Amino acid sequence: MEDDLFASGHRACAGCGSALALRHLTKAAGKNSVFTIATGCMEVVSTQYPTTAWGVPLIHTTFENAASVAAGIKEALNQQGKEDTNVIALAGDGGMVDIGFRALSGSLERGHDVLYVCYDNGAYMNTGVQKSGATPFGASTTTTPAGKQSHGKSEWQKNVPFIALMHGVNYVATASIADLDDFKKKVKKALEVEGPKYIHVHCPCPIGWGFDTSETIDQGRKAVESGAWVLYEIEDGNFSISYKPSERIPVKDYLSGQKRFKHLDEDDVETIQDHVDRNWEELKKLEGLDLDLLKLL
Amino acid sequence: MEVKQGAQAIAHSVKKCKPDVCSMYPITPSTELPEEIAQLVADGELDATIIRVESEFSAISGCVGASAAGSRAYTATSSQGLALMTEVLFAASGMRLPIVINVVNRALSAPINIWNDQQDSISQRDNGWLQIYCESNQEAVDTTIQSFKIAEDEDVLLPIMCCTDGYILSHTYEPVELPDEEEVQEFLPEYDPDHAYLDPENPMTQGPFAYPKPYAALRKDLSDAVNGSKEIVKRVHDEFAEKFGRSYGNGLIEEYKNDKDTALVSMGSICGTIKSTLDNRNDAGLMRIRCYRPFPEEEIKKALEGKDQVIVLEKNVSMGHGSGALYNEIKSILPRSTTVHDIVVGLGGTDIAEEDINNMIDSLSNKENGVKRWLLEKGGKLQKNRGEK
Repeated sequence: MEDDLFASGHRACAGCGSALALRHLTKAAGKNSVFTIATGCMEVVSTQYPTTAWGVPLIHTTFENAASVAAGIKEALNQQGKEDTNVIALAGDGGMVDIGFRALSGSLERGHDVLYVCYDNGAYMNTGVQKSGATPFGASTTTTPAGKQSHGKSEWQKNVPFIALMHGVNYVATASIADLDDFKKKVKKALEVEGPKYIHVHCPCPIGWGFDTSETIDQGRKAVESGAWVLYEIEDGNFSISYKPSERIPVKDYLSGQKRFKHLDEDDVETIQDHVDRNWEELKKLEGLDLDLLKLL
Repeated sequence: MEVKQGAQAIAHSVKKCKPDVCSMYPITPSTELPEEIAQLVADGELDATIIRVESEFSAISGCVGASAAGSRAYTATSSQGLALMTEVLFAASGMRLPIVINVVNRALSAPINIWNDQQDSISQRDNGWLQIYCESNQEAVDTTIQSFKIAEDEDVLLPIMCCTDGYILSHTYEPVELPDEEEVQEFLPEYDPDHAYLDPENPMTQGPFAYPKPYAALRKDLSDAVNGSKEIVKRVHDEFAEKFGRSYGNGLIEEYKNDKDTALVSMGSICGTIKSTLDNRNDAGLMRIRCYRPFPEEEIKKALEGKDQVIVLEKNVSMGHGSGALYNEIKSILPRSTTVHDIVVGLGGTDIAEEDINNMIDSLSNKENGVKRWLLEKGGKLQKNRGEK
């Protein structure tokens, strides 16, 4: 039995994909780990003073600095002769790809031996579902609401895993709570790599996306099966897709189960399907080329 | 004695305190500190890890991570850099992390200006950090060492800013006595915290979320700790004086010829000019505030007791008051019978000479119910706030 280092009793919503990700992230990382977390859903639900859900050391400071706090922790632990302790910087999509992006970029560039994990639930869920740089195209959020003149968010997601890679990072992966074994395997693999490593895990949110709390895994799986969320790894610059559905389901099957996409018309769905198809084909080509992407640097 | 540039002298002082992690970002005029410390590490003279961050926000965040992990953390900054740190500065004091910053004081934008005033650190007066203002490079060297000891004292455990005027001190060559490294090690014990560390064998959650009731109680705890640190600032100053033979007033304030009916009140390097001015007259004295946070209310009251007239000279503005922040604080603790004047001086590096100080003392009187004036250039006329008759 693995220890539960992110204990039950925290205040996450029923069906929270992010809490599931944290539970399995901490299991995979193990006891000899120190975490720092950005302000956000997972921090707020797990550290209500004087209680804590964390069985490993945790520090929260602000929304935008998890990556640089992690740098300070790692260098201090090295100075103390505790080089073996894993240091993991954790942030939601807002805290990692938007407001914490400068800190992430700086820390990646400096090469600290830190694992950065973005739990991506696709919007600022903690403050009431506002758009982030990771919110998917077409999603209705409280700051990109659908309306007579709006079909939801009008931009595509920022590709932060590839941006992380281009800092010269030797291990980058995407994951999903729909495949926890794959996620845990990637966490373990990442922690074996010296230097910076980045994992971006897709975490469906029943509140923000608008689906029943019993469907979290199912929504995550539909994202993966449709190719709207692709599981991949980039090890030492070599790109490989971790999971290829034998036949991808239509993206409509993924979108239709969520209130945030309810307003989309057929043209919108087609636009998204085209985007997903093109992305899938390009990623397959990239895999086939057997390129060392780090040589681009 | 060695003749050294201010910032270099401070860097050598930092070195003797053996910080574990220096998380640093360059900004004028504190840049020489990260440069000199980097050289000391490069030359193998200091065994510290330098994190060359991408912003001041990350400079202080790196310090928070290192300090929370139980290590001695240090940085230096000025002006915009300190302003950028603001959010994390509040978190660092709230988390009781004894980080030391050498603030090399510089004006804040806009307009952008690289020269000295004290608006940067004064604007941080409410954030739970201790603040000490130095008059000379020797005091900056000594106060840097004291800062680590004060911050890490188990009855304090608070971050601290050691403030030094940009250029006027940081870039000026002065003879300084650099304390012997072994003696500094005897004076400053190793940092071995019981309250903040990140040890997997003994996991702790730092920086939690708190509902209103515990939040309010913890903020009061913080305030009590800041207030209570006054005794330790004083004690560490006295211990330093005993070991190294140099003292600065009583560690909180310094009085100079303060037996006259008129007292000038100020902070930082301008006090040297004031002292030199007062040497040529016998109708006014000086009370220099060294420790601004915690605010040594009792000591200030006692030093200004019975004065007819107090003239506050300060290098900052509390916008909306038409005066500096210090004036408001001094006025709030003195009886109404004491006339308190405020002169905002030295903004953005404007010079101030002995003739200016003479002019202030000569032109102000206790007949007026306290005036607020501005000196905008050396030799200039004291200016009123717009709309004042």
